[in-house]
Amino acid sequence: MIRAHVLICGGTGCTSSGSKAIQAAFADSIAKNGLEDEIKLVQTGCFGLCALGPVVIVYPDGTFYSRVQPEDVDEIVSEHLLKGRVVTRLAYTDTGKDVAEEVVGNVSLGDTAFYKSQHRVVLRNCGVIDPENIDEYIAMDGYAALGKVLTEMTPEDVIKCVTDSGLRGRGGGGFPTGRKWALCAPNKAPQKYVVCNADEGDPGAFMDRSVLEGDPHSVIEAMAIAGYAIGATQGYVYVRAEYPIAVKRLQIAIDQAREYGLLGKDIFGTGFDFDLHIRLGAGAFVCGEETALMTSIEGNRGEPRPRPPYPAVKGLYESPTVENNVETFANIPQIILKGADWFASMGTEKSKGTKVFALGGKIKHTGLVEIPMGTTLREIIEDIGGGIPNGKKFKAAQTGGPSGGCIPASLIDTPVDYDNLTAIGCMMGSGGMIVMDEDNCMVDMAKFFLEFTVDESCGKCTPCRVGTKRLLEMLDKITRGNGTLEDLDALEKLCYYIKENSLCGLGQTAPNPVLATLRFFRDEYVAHVVDKKCPAGVCKHLVRYEIDKEKCIGCGMCARQCPASAISKTNYIAPGKKLPAHAIDSEKCVKCGACMGVCKFNAISKK
Amino acid sequence: MKSLAELQAIKDRMKDKVILREGTGDVRVVVGMATCGIAAGARPVLNTFVEEVNNAGLSERVSVSQTGCIGICQFEPVVEVFEAGKDKVTYVKMTPEKARRVVEEHLKGGKVISEYTIAANNE
Repeated sequence: MIRAHVLICGGTGCTSSGSKAIQAAFADSIAKNGLEDEIKLVQTGCFGLCALGPVVIVYPDGTFYSRVQPEDVDEIVSEHLLKGRVVTRLAYTDTGKDVAEEVVGNVSLGDTAFYKSQHRVVLRNCGVIDPENIDEYIAMDGYAALGKVLTEMTPEDVIKCVTDSGLRGRGGGGFPTGRKWALCAPNKAPQKYVVCNADEGDPGAFMDRSVLEGDPHSVIEAMAIAGYAIGATQGYVYVRAEYPIAVKRLQIAIDQAREYGLLGKDIFGTGFDFDLHIRLGAGAFVCGEETALMTSIEGNRGEPRPRPPYPAVKGLYESPTVENNVETFANIPQIILKGADWFASMGTEKSKGTKVFALGGKIKHTGLVEIPMGTTLREIIEDIGGGIPNGKKFKAAQTGGPSGGCIPASLIDTPVDYDNLTAIGCMMGSGGMIVMDEDNCMVDMAKFFLEFTVDESCGKCTPCRVGTKRLLEMLDKITRGNGTLEDLDALEKLCYYIKENSLCGLGQTAPNPVLATLRFFRDEYVAHVVDKKCPAGVCKHLVRYEIDKEKCIGCGMCARQCPASAISKTNYIAPGKKLPAHAIDSEKCVKCGACMGVCKFNAISKK
Repeated sequence: MKSLAELQAIKDRMKDKVILREGTGDVRVVVGMATCGIAAGARPVLNTFVEEVNNAGLSERVSVSQTGCIGICQFEPVVEVFEAGKDKVTYVKMTPEKARRVVEEHLKGGKVISEYTIAANNE
């Protein structure tokens, strides 16, 4: 009789920090202690606290162990599983209270600040079930929504339910999902398609990957529901080849669903047929754009095509198609089961439900969080995210990746939803949220994203292909200290030109990081242009390393460390010192900062 | 899958297997499993609780877990029952047979078996 479950995260984050070895060690140790019949070992998807991986949770207590190493496993088994004593040195706490005191009071995962303010709809099964076992998904009400839809609801009912829920596309655009389905449903065609966009390409975003890794069946179920609603019998999941674990689990899930007859012919004996196939993306960012994605599924070079006609009329293989993002789909079964009103009760007036964010950058709890729409940025960063490490000051949060903008510290109390972010020139995007502190240069950040879009522009239309390249050159000029104030105006003008004239979303949104930073951090641009200074000390060409000759004792440590041989002795010996001070030749200096790192006398400074 | 009944059958079969992960139920049965507890025979007591709670169909409401030394080694195996809004009940010198009765009468029937409690054994 099983009395406890040991859940080990098998998401990409924890897998790379070694959770496979932990799992093997647990299996060994449990066998050694003769506990096989009492303890069940389960590999799950992502728990969300990726920064603390590898993560292990023991139920029923809900004890959360973080940064577990293979050599810790014996102790967890012999102490916790055998004797019921929590191994406090590994137990996670974020309240600052003594761990021992908390675990005695039976503080479980749900009580930690990181999880407390979250509301898990999309991620409800991630880190709870074994994604490679369809039975566990079924135990959590899995496929009940599909059963309900096929036996009790007409396609019109389904579309009405999704429309009433107020669900909007989670891939970034925010188009109402119900309306998308309603536009596609009436179109007559011999074959229609449902496509899932899992080509998550934004730097810093990984929520779609986590859903596919942690709860693949929720996406499969939702796609079948969408198929019923619009009259499609064939679906494709377009997923990045860079997500091997997600692809593997999704394939296992599809195979299991087929075996159970939850995909295939005559599902639940209702005469409804639906089947799914995976298509792997080859890594082009533009393929996340819906028309480019369909072109790529067709086997052609992934380039967008002009809209209209919209995919609802002429999509994949020129047939009516509904395409939704992974996270959008993952919401659907819950909406069907719990009703449109339940979903619409969460969130704000025009943005219903929850949103998953991938928190990254300068934040304590790097990981995955799901919050109701309308949660303020302050709650996300300070409460759930645990704030900025090393006592640094919060400067801005970048959302929406290369298509998005940034929210400055002054707007930290903005409730996060589609319309509020659009109003401040930002974008919800797919959910990457990169937190920046005072050490980040906003011009450099804009340049980083521009480099990305220049690389990823497919080249089909001129405003995007040439325009983004010119933008990047202008930014480069500014970060080298060669910019003028006129450049700033030209930069802004070109941004608007690209936005208005590009063919697809990639080009139309590519200037956003520049526009947002110009809007909120124009003073930083001006500092680069007029004072030739980078206030954050990031832009190499504007940074100078100097040795204070009064403090330098002439040990020569810095000179030995310098990769460019830019440091040499001078003729000056400071009073009280025995050896001549050193100086940096700024012509030779490559601004690597290595000298500053090794100087024990704080004689080197960055100006 | 040809009917909803098939789906329900899988769900029913699996529910017990995943219920543990929904966190602690309304009632928490905690078995002292330090060295003293184990030496006094806490393991069969724990396993009996797990089995009987499941057999009695109480697993949605009752969770069974272990803890370390409660500090009254002479009374081991010690079992504590926590229920929201009620006083903690401490059963001492437990055996699998006593555990079965606790599940039947206390957890299912709601009646504390006072002769097993620490108060009755302390006099």
